[in-house]
Amino acid sequence: MRKVLIQSLLAFTALLFMGSAYATIDSYEFDNAAQEQQFFELTNELRCPKCQNQTIGDSNAPIAQDLRREVHRMVVDGTDNDTVIDFMLARYGDFVLYKPRWTGVNLVLWLGPVFLLLIGLIVVLMVARKHKTSVVNTQDAMPEEALTEEQEKALERRLQQFQSDEESGNPSSGEKEA
Amino acid sequence: MNRRLKLFLPLAIFLSLCLMFYIALFRDNKGELPSALLDSPLPSFSLTTVKNPARTVTRDDLLGEVALLNVWATWCPACRVEHPYLVDLANKGVPIYGVNYKDDQPEARKWLKVLHDPYRFSINDQDGSLGINLGVYGAPETYLIDHQGMIRYKHVGIVDANVWKNDIEPKYRALVEQAQQSNSGENSSEADPS
Repeated sequence: MRKVLIQSLLAFTALLFMGSAYATIDSYEFDNAAQEQQFFELTNELRCPKCQNQTIGDSNAPIAQDLRREVHRMVVDGTDNDTVIDFMLARYGDFVLYKPRWTGVNLVLWLGPVFLLLIGLIVVLMVARKHKTSVVNTQDAMPEEALTEEQEKALERRLQQFQSDEESGNPSSGEKEA
Repeated sequence: MNRRLKLFLPLAIFLSLCLMFYIALFRDNKGELPSALLDSPLPSFSLTTVKNPARTVTRDDLLGEVALLNVWATWCPACRVEHPYLVDLANKGVPIYGVNYKDDQPEARKWLKVLHDPYRFSINDQDGSLGINLGVYGAPETYLIDHQGMIRYKHVGIVDANVWKNDIEPKYRALVEQAQQSNSGENSSEADPS
């Protein structure tokens, strides 16, 4: 039983890593493993201009095939990553990068979430603070609003009445209980 | 008063978000990318033409006049839709060059014969290398290039009367005027010494 469990767990983990497997089937030859690694990195980082939610490594669109071919050509030529990325940027603009550059208007993308998170934190802190002070206030106010003796007696009477009503009255529920 | 206004803040944020989403959702050019090559020179190339495989054309053959560079292919249905309008434009005297993008050559020749040929010539970009250098990501695409071979505008999708009148023609006319001025300027400066 345990063995089966472990096996299925392993199979499941393997499935998790399938996302990075390549959907497309073209064969490229590389001089060494480093080049192959570089090619995979680049094609997983560059976005296909036509099918805008896929990387060029992932997409079957003709333009993605062409771009893979270009990347392969440059990688085999010994081009470094930055040059390949600049090549793509010059032709398709910032859009091709899944990881936006740390410049200009892209800073909004990078810093926007941090900014929003900060605003959220400040709001939460302010609300928490307000809540705390209001709790303290009600505790302070308690003695002042305590019931008078007369009111307490009236309350007790009501409660007793309510209890006796429940014991004697409401026959249907009583039957069910019996 | 101030407190009251504060109460409306979430509503205001919500409404402005709604407006933003509404605009984004109904934008016409949702998938359109701005051309990275705007205001940069046309890439150089040396390729043959569709009609005459023995003729090699280069970037220099496109210079001298403000012109359209239209990327087309027979496998592209939208290209067929815009083709009659391109023929109209060519008849009106607008210089149009074609980039036959990754196409079957006999098919392309047949297309030009049957549907008429609006192009001064069509460059045969068999492996899409000129396309990559131009930043083409789907046909049809139409570039407006000035007389010095600078890319001034890019339209992705069909060129029809509407697109021409509203988007391309004003820029085209302005560029033609500019070209004429710079030409006459050059002529006068040449004439000055004499």
